[in-house]
Amino acid sequence: MPKPQLRVVTVGHVDHGKSTLIGRLLHDTGNLLDGKADELRAISERRGVPFEWSFVLDALQSERDQAITIDTTRIWMHLGEREIVLIDAPGHEEFLRNMVTGASDADAALLVVDAAEGVSEQTRRHALLLELIGIRQVVVAINKMDRVGHKRNAYEAVRAELEPLLARIGVAPTAVVPIAARDGDNIAAQSKAMPWYTGPTIVETLAAMEPIRRHDGAELRMAVQGVVRRGTDRIVVGRIEAGSLGVGDEVVLSPGARIARVKSLESWPGPAKGRAQAGESVGFTLDLPLFIERGDIVSNAAAMPGSTTLFRARLLWLGRRPLEVRDRLRMRIGTRLAHVQVEALERGVDITTLEPHDATNAQRNDVAEVVFRSRESLALDTIDEHPGLARLILIDGLEIVAGGTILASFPSTDPSHIVPVGHLLNREARAARNGHCGAVIWMTGLPAAGKSTIAMQLERRLHERGVQSYVLDGDNLRTGLCRDLGFSDRDRSENIRRVGEVATLFGDAGQVAIAAFISPSRADRDVARRSAGDLFHEVFVKADVSVCEARDPKGHYAQARAGEIPGFTGITGEYEEPLAPNLVLDTEHLSLDDAVSTLFHYVMEQIIAVPSPARSFAVH
Amino acid sequence: MTMDLLDELEARSVAILREAYFRVSPLCMLWSMGKDSTALLWLARKAFFGSVPFPVVLLDTGMELPEVYEFRDAIAQEWNLELHNEDCPPESEIDPTLPPATRAAARKTAGLRALVERHGYRGVIAGIRRDEQATRAKERVFSPRAADGSWDVVRQPPELWDVYHTEIPDGAHLRIHPLLHWTETDIWRYTQRENIPIVPLYLARNGKRYRSLGEKNITVPIDSDAATIDEIIAELVSTKSPERAGRIMDHESEDAFERLRTGGYM
Repeated sequence: MPKPQLRVVTVGHVDHGKSTLIGRLLHDTGNLLDGKADELRAISERRGVPFEWSFVLDALQSERDQAITIDTTRIWMHLGEREIVLIDAPGHEEFLRNMVTGASDADAALLVVDAAEGVSEQTRRHALLLELIGIRQVVVAINKMDRVGHKRNAYEAVRAELEPLLARIGVAPTAVVPIAARDGDNIAAQSKAMPWYTGPTIVETLAAMEPIRRHDGAELRMAVQGVVRRGTDRIVVGRIEAGSLGVGDEVVLSPGARIARVKSLESWPGPAKGRAQAGESVGFTLDLPLFIERGDIVSNAAAMPGSTTLFRARLLWLGRRPLEVRDRLRMRIGTRLAHVQVEALERGVDITTLEPHDATNAQRNDVAEVVFRSRESLALDTIDEHPGLARLILIDGLEIVAGGTILASFPSTDPSHIVPVGHLLNREARAARNGHCGAVIWMTGLPAAGKSTIAMQLERRLHERGVQSYVLDGDNLRTGLCRDLGFSDRDRSENIRRVGEVATLFGDAGQVAIAAFISPSRADRDVARRSAGDLFHEVFVKADVSVCEARDPKGHYAQARAGEIPGFTGITGEYEEPLAPNLVLDTEHLSLDDAVSTLFHYVMEQIIAVPSPARSFAVH
Repeated sequence: MTMDLLDELEARSVAILREAYFRVSPLCMLWSMGKDSTALLWLARKAFFGSVPFPVVLLDTGMELPEVYEFRDAIAQEWNLELHNEDCPPESEIDPTLPPATRAAARKTAGLRALVERHGYRGVIAGIRRDEQATRAKERVFSPRAADGSWDVVRQPPELWDVYHTEIPDGAHLRIHPLLHWTETDIWRYTQRENIPIVPLYLARNGKRYRSLGEKNITVPIDSDAATIDEIIAELVSTKSPERAGRIMDHESEDAFERLRTGGYM
């Protein structure tokens, strides 16, 4: 079995001879297919142009017509046991997106510079992008040495210009090889025209490079792609980015810190292994029915990714319009889709000096450092920790407008992303065990507005998703805990206070307590709110009194009109609408299903994310 | 235990198939019964633990070799596939400016367009590889197609690392290419390791075998004595003639295959 392949991208200025180098390389290493050179000679003759080695790569008619490479392409070659995929990336500024596409799949880069022209803006830009993409193995080929008389001082001059630039972005080239691609000098064989050069040839440097490997020994990371159902089994699938995963291991799903043990590794056709490692696409089941979402990050408790809504990224901006502060975009990272807003544009990079400078916006093809705020809580690693999970794309409308990497994530002020493993039980530990946080969902509204009906359906849907939930209503409290209370204003306030206390205990114990009470008094609701603190979510079930009276399922409105129920809210008692509810369910206009779904998704969002003060959805 | 080349290729393809399944719907997979798309079906069964969770489509010109149809029927039953046989429009409905063999191949493009339109597919999984042909080398893993199936090769969107972009306009669809990074030799090594069934026409009989299986009117066998997969692999290591040499349509004019592909061919 051959060794894993090595992917090498060729980059550099459009006219510095990348495609020629590849064509010559294929020819000199016996990797050109039979008839290919003849076919291309025939095409050259037909077009009346001199034969070009680059025709090997320029496959599209428009590429051969214009003699430029438009899109990235790949060529397979063999050097002994090693399979090498050469990725030819266009140098032309207009096709930078394609250059980055090609480079993002490479282990190493071959940077081609013209000996006569020296370092150009595109050379610098490409070098900068190699850093952004994460390529650290770079070989420099100083091409067209024939044009400068094969002179050593010409080579040294380009080298002296280039090496400090590369050093500024943290790249030390593996070799700087003087070549004349057209003639094959220093490609596969040492050049007779440049006896002063005693370093390796291009072929020798390629043979010495290694593919980028995933970290087998490091901490576990896997982005969840989804859950595959097989009978009653729920198989979590994804590709292990780092570390390893085995039956019996305790794993944590972030954000939200849900903990379970791996029950089985699944594979087809069997038998399944006991342990899987970095790089493998796996499927596994857990011993607990956790709520698992695409985009979750699997790790071990000892080394979890930080959860945050604020982070810094370095971007290559490809959008047609400039990127500015407050712009809202969608971001894909790992297997997650998130909504982000530009909080600050910190700096750009000057393309001439590769020095950072202040920036207020980023133009197309600029590299910039940007602070983002995400709507959702995200489990993020940085590019230095886990490169495979720190790479992102930004989407505006239907278009990709940037690629980038996470440089830093700022921990949430809320310390709940730290799982206190082995500590005394607290709210976070319970949340970790349940797979969700506790909450008090306080549903207020007029009689017959729909509170109880929605509450019961919500309870069932949460239960089906494995969420611990319980509806508190008048009946199950008035017959027990509150049976000493009547219906005076004072007793009604006391009733609501007790409900608030009970709901808080439920929430603190990690349950979702759903309290469905008219609770007409703002002051009474505030008492419950103070008791529950950040667990409290006020849901206003809204319907006009005339609509409620028309519904009147229990006949209470009719009785109230007849004077049989004193102080009936909406008729003879006042209802004080919430001033700033977390959610409004307008049951005049929403169907029951839609109202339940809206509430369900709101609740899931609150309890799966890390516990934090109740807040509205809007990104500020 | 470290992963070898085939493990690495497999893991990447499985991950791509799962991304397609979780992100693109409705989805189907093309199966030509050739070695590549059969290996792809095998990978889909690996990705989803034995069953293929989307329809498997044959773009049928009625011109496959009899052994190919036999293979289809046997595998579809044994693997319990949701097989959809899509009859392609006749050659008389195809662009007459195309060279003859290219026109025959373009029937599949027309069949595919009709299929996508009728079922509203947002994703079509196809088993093409970058090393097969120069314009396929420029492909993306998730490659958008316009509503008429055409491929805008000059303005392809960027595709960075394995963070795939799957959002496309209404009416458009994605071609999804999980085998793009495999080579012909990789496919054979994998077919052998996994013991994946193949159409017997790939193995030499009386000094001839099919290296690439296409319709009988536009594909010719090559001279070969490779009667086992081992012998095929040995032959490929030493050969320097291209895989699709036996596909007449690729060679009718300089840009024949490019025209086919930008028009929507696989």
